[in-house]
Amino acid sequence: MQNLIDNFFAYTITGLTIGAVYALVALGYTLVYGVLRLINFAHSEVFMYGTFAALWVVMLLGGRPGAGVGQVVFWVAMMFVAAMAMSGFIAVLLERVAYRPLRKRNAPPLIALISAIGASFVLAEIMGLRSRITGWVGLDDNLRDYVRNSRNNAGMPTIIAPQPIFTVGGYHVTNVDVFVIVGAIVIMIILDQFVKRSRLGRGIRAVAMDPESAALMGVNRDRVIQVTFLVGGLMAGAAAVFYMLKIGITRYDAGFILGVKAFTAAVLGGIGNLRGALLGGFILGLAENYGSAVVGSQWKDVVAFVLLILILLFRPTGLLGESLGKARA
Amino acid sequence: MSTTTSAPAAPKKSSPGFRQRVDNLPKAVKIALWVVFAIFLFLLPLLNIPFITTEGSDFGGVLFTVATYVLVALGLNIVVGYAGLLDLGYVGFYAIGAYTIGVLTSEHAHMSWVVVVPIAIVVAMISGIILGAPTLRVRGDYLAIVTLGFGEIVRLTLVNSEWLGGAQGISDIPKPPGFELFEVPSIDWSSGAPVVDLDTTSTFLKFGINDFVPYYWLALGVISLVLLFDILVKSSRVGRAWEATREDEDAAELMGVPTFRFKLLAFALGAAIGGLSGALFATKAGFISPDSFQLLLSILFLAAVVVGGAGNRWGVIVGAIVVSYFPERFREFADFRVLVFGLALMLLAIFRPQGLLPPRRTVRAKRADDRQAVLEEGEASV
Repeated sequence: MQNLIDNFFAYTITGLTIGAVYALVALGYTLVYGVLRLINFAHSEVFMYGTFAALWVVMLLGGRPGAGVGQVVFWVAMMFVAAMAMSGFIAVLLERVAYRPLRKRNAPPLIALISAIGASFVLAEIMGLRSRITGWVGLDDNLRDYVRNSRNNAGMPTIIAPQPIFTVGGYHVTNVDVFVIVGAIVIMIILDQFVKRSRLGRGIRAVAMDPESAALMGVNRDRVIQVTFLVGGLMAGAAAVFYMLKIGITRYDAGFILGVKAFTAAVLGGIGNLRGALLGGFILGLAENYGSAVVGSQWKDVVAFVLLILILLFRPTGLLGESLGKARA
Repeated sequence: MSTTTSAPAAPKKSSPGFRQRVDNLPKAVKIALWVVFAIFLFLLPLLNIPFITTEGSDFGGVLFTVATYVLVALGLNIVVGYAGLLDLGYVGFYAIGAYTIGVLTSEHAHMSWVVVVPIAIVVAMISGIILGAPTLRVRGDYLAIVTLGFGEIVRLTLVNSEWLGGAQGISDIPKPPGFELFEVPSIDWSSGAPVVDLDTTSTFLKFGINDFVPYYWLALGVISLVLLFDILVKSSRVGRAWEATREDEDAAELMGVPTFRFKLLAFALGAAIGGLSGALFATKAGFISPDSFQLLLSILFLAAVVVGGAGNRWGVIVGAIVVSYFPERFREFADFRVLVFGLALMLLAIFRPQGLLPPRRTVRAKRADDRQAVLEEGEASV
């Protein structure tokens, strides 16, 4: 407990940065849950592919520590472009291959979960076997730096050196922390406005509320679902960039635990609710860090899950309720 | 198993299906067939049938693993298939069963295996009730994530508790007491034709460390008991209450079914069977650590149930065999096992969404739906 009081701000800032990543990934779960009422189990891999895209583009552009400001901005911008493109593409592909055929056949929701689990395995394994796969097509020499040790951690050079910007209660808040937290909030606001104001956003909300009536009113359901997956993927891509800037290490199975946490965040805030995902992400990040300060960092994940169970018991629809779709008791 | 797998193809329109043909046989023949089949299953590890037998890993051990998966699938089927509760943390109960054995026979006490197994079942059942009592009130999708969290909590608690052996786990779990009644010879195929090999034998119920066949026999015995229990419960009032709850909870409640109590019962029974399989696993392995209870295992268990056809006990058995046996058989492609497994799950979901052997009810319901759809379209075109 003393530890928490002494380092309160350190835990708070760390919790907020990791919470921002949770929140962005949680949006993908929430959006898909809103329109399809299913848990997109493979969304964690969408995020993981984003982290690799961000990593590879930095390697390709020769990213290194200690470069000038202009260059760093360019690198980070390219990270966003690459990661969001990659994650968006994977998410849309996923919808095409793993979900659409099932929807056409009116499969029960449980089977969609199985299909998603299968897709998740396939995506993770392709990344884990990338050295073998490039070997078959004879590209392993050219791509050696990108594919070697494909079962191990892949690290990114720290292109933004963490520098303290200001100090809160003895903790030096770095530029990376500020960038991640502010960046995530800005992206959330853009998304919120997109769903609220744009034509496609209205379509998403309509399908979430009542798919059949929406179809009768002329909403192209398949297209809306595709856009929803794309948006979720873009968010995961952005999260991947923040994750790589803050943590800097990824792996073929890096998505799994983060995905579970992000889903927890989505449920915490009220699944199907965009602002709920933001709130849930930050609360989960904070709770996890405060909890680990009190009971020891090895219990971090336990704290997160216990919190989830408690919230569901006392407030089964999450903190903010389920607003994107209608709540189904 | 080939007799069972051919069943789904059989029920066509006019020709008598596999099931009817079996049903029409005289009772004596049926019993004889069952006995032959049971003997075949018991002798399977010793027959060493080419192609089926796994090379590189001990076939008896592989069959034991398959048998534990079958047991787990039967237990999870009660939760997922009968009561319709999505459980993603089933490995938690499996771990609790295994650790009860570990703690009471090796780590902190040296009680007899025969006494500890019932304790393991009871402990797992109680943990099922403790988890279920508060969480079964939340609705389906959330239950999935709560149980997933539970599975992780159990595993992380095991990793972090020194009392439970921490990350090193528990070793030296004693073998169950056995007796040496008679020896069963195995069959040798190395010359191309089957020859009885009197040198390689398995002693009936001697639980050693080299020969895993007796463990497989033990597991088969347990499976038959659980299966019998499953058949009795499913066809009783309880089974009907589960079915009603699964199909429409509100309607069931209105009809006077105390749905919460029956859901809790399903959860507790499922947990008990999960604990039992965990106990068997710990017995055979002799060593357990938190690594044996990864979240992935829960997902494999669920995959076994859904692949086979949730709600049909024979289906989930087939599913468990598919999920556990094929990765062992095709070990030479070890690197690509998970990839192929993932692809198989996706293909299955698309082309056989009801599972390999769906319950007869589901088949009937689907046919009724199709008829309804034809009728509705017909009306629309008039």
